[in-house]
Amino acid sequence: MLKQKNNMFDPLFRWTTLGGSLVVLVLVAGILLTLINGALPSLEKFGVGFLFSQEWNPAINEYGALSSVYGTLVSTLIAMLIAVPLSLVIALFLVELAPPGISRVVGGAIELLAAIPSIIYGMWGLFVFAPFLADHVQPKLAAIAPGLPFFTGPPMGIGMLSAGIILALMILPFITSVTRDVFQMVPSVVKESAYGMGSTTWEVTRKVTVPYGIQGVVGACFLGLGRAIGETMAVTFVIGNSHEISASLFSAANSIASTLANEFTEAADDVYLAALIELGLVLFGVTLVLQIIARWWLRRTAKKMGAVR
Amino acid sequence: MQATALMNPAMDTTMTEAADRTYMLAGERIKIAAKGLNFFYDDQQALFDNDLKIATNRVTAIIGPSGCGKSTHLRTYNRIFELYRGQRVEGEVMLDGVNILDPSSCDVLELRRKVGMIFQKPTPFPMSVFDNVAYGLKQHYRVDKGELQDRVEQALRQAALWDDVKDKLNKPGTALSGGQQQRLCIARAIAVEPEVLLMDEPTSAIDPVATARIEELVNELKERYTIVIVTHNMQQAARISDYTAFFYQGKIVEFDQTDRLFTNPANKQTEDYITGRFG
Repeated sequence: MLKQKNNMFDPLFRWTTLGGSLVVLVLVAGILLTLINGALPSLEKFGVGFLFSQEWNPAINEYGALSSVYGTLVSTLIAMLIAVPLSLVIALFLVELAPPGISRVVGGAIELLAAIPSIIYGMWGLFVFAPFLADHVQPKLAAIAPGLPFFTGPPMGIGMLSAGIILALMILPFITSVTRDVFQMVPSVVKESAYGMGSTTWEVTRKVTVPYGIQGVVGACFLGLGRAIGETMAVTFVIGNSHEISASLFSAANSIASTLANEFTEAADDVYLAALIELGLVLFGVTLVLQIIARWWLRRTAKKMGAVR
Repeated sequence: MQATALMNPAMDTTMTEAADRTYMLAGERIKIAAKGLNFFYDDQQALFDNDLKIATNRVTAIIGPSGCGKSTHLRTYNRIFELYRGQRVEGEVMLDGVNILDPSSCDVLELRRKVGMIFQKPTPFPMSVFDNVAYGLKQHYRVDKGELQDRVEQALRQAALWDDVKDKLNKPGTALSGGQQQRLCIARAIAVEPEVLLMDEPTSAIDPVATARIEELVNELKERYTIVIVTHNMQQAARISDYTAFFYQGKIVEFDQTDRLFTNPANKQTEDYITGRFG
């Protein structure tokens, strides 16, 4: 007689996967608690004012996050402004227009770019790119738009603009490679259908391919954003590390991550250390807020265009 | 000459068939005429010397077993195959006397406005019901808002979808049921006032009730459009078409009036296929 198989595996499988997923929640909660705990002295001393103070003076133990937050947001914004359109264009070219040979070569190159460690980008930025920017790009920008406050000051090469551009180069391969995969998943029959209506490639791309993959594209952008917002090494090399907020993109600035990297070793005082940890907490919060905005926006577009299955 | 005929016994029948076809289409205006059509996927030939005439305002069905070249043949009529590298065609497809395969005499975008296509799966675009139907209109014509609304409504009515969706025009096209989505695609195609509708197994992904509605619709649409429908469903071909072409291994084995082809096929292969002996 056949013996009934005792299926132990299924519950085991269920608990294993559940356990794995719980680890993520525990990690997030643990990090949040540790950050709050470590930041307590600073939280108590500065309160909400920490977020709005531009003061950063270890000599008198006064700290504020504003310049770091500003630097993080602006450098990330510059990076996204450059990287997102460029990635979209590259991905669309690779999927829609490029001959298979070129598509493979460029695709491979992009994955190679993604594998370069950030310190290489930082060093290249400091030694090669920043001088180039100072000699050739910044003087021209200043000449084109003399009245604008964004392009004033001495062209030093290092500063907010350099950090933004380096960041853009770093996140470009991530966004490109994910968006390319997203566009490749748009069913060919839907694209055929649009071409069958007498649309040009541009119209099909704009009205069908991109909207069809918009959720994936936004996801890809967030992957890039997540990397840019917390990127430490490359930014620290080129941003200039100054706690002053300046409208000029040429001036030295700092970001949350670069401040942490630069000053952790010097933080002898408890409040100093706590302020740095609170900066970390702020970064955590900023990322969370951006995530929520993205989710909300995605839900809105999904309602308008129909959830793509 | 005689030697060729001896070596190729099929030639005789081809001649008489060709003669038959001319006789049979007597009195019809010809919308599309494919002549000597050969098709290649890279080096592999998929269509062999296809000759087919499509009568104006009639439904012509293309039947045959999977992989026989039905869809391939259909896809030359709007040159949609050109999207893919390695696909290439030889021969002529005359639409109203103009060879559409010749890029110098035929603008592909205008061709695709004139020759609409419906696919196996419904393909609503990621936009609202209204925008789906307005899609081609906005692309090909300068229309103001009022006219756009009128034409969208008209297209939806023609596609027998208006009553289902008149309160859902701003809902996404994907929110409709499968059969409704397919009728939405038909509405989208007819909104640009095409002359020919190509349907590539349009009901193979939808349920029998929705299929019946589409078949009904095809019957109404043929008053305004010339319809070519590829189907693997022989009952469907028998129900809705005026003419039927039977394809086998890339060749057109038999072409005739639908009732005659199904009741009294001239060719043994056709008979075997329609009686379900293979395919």
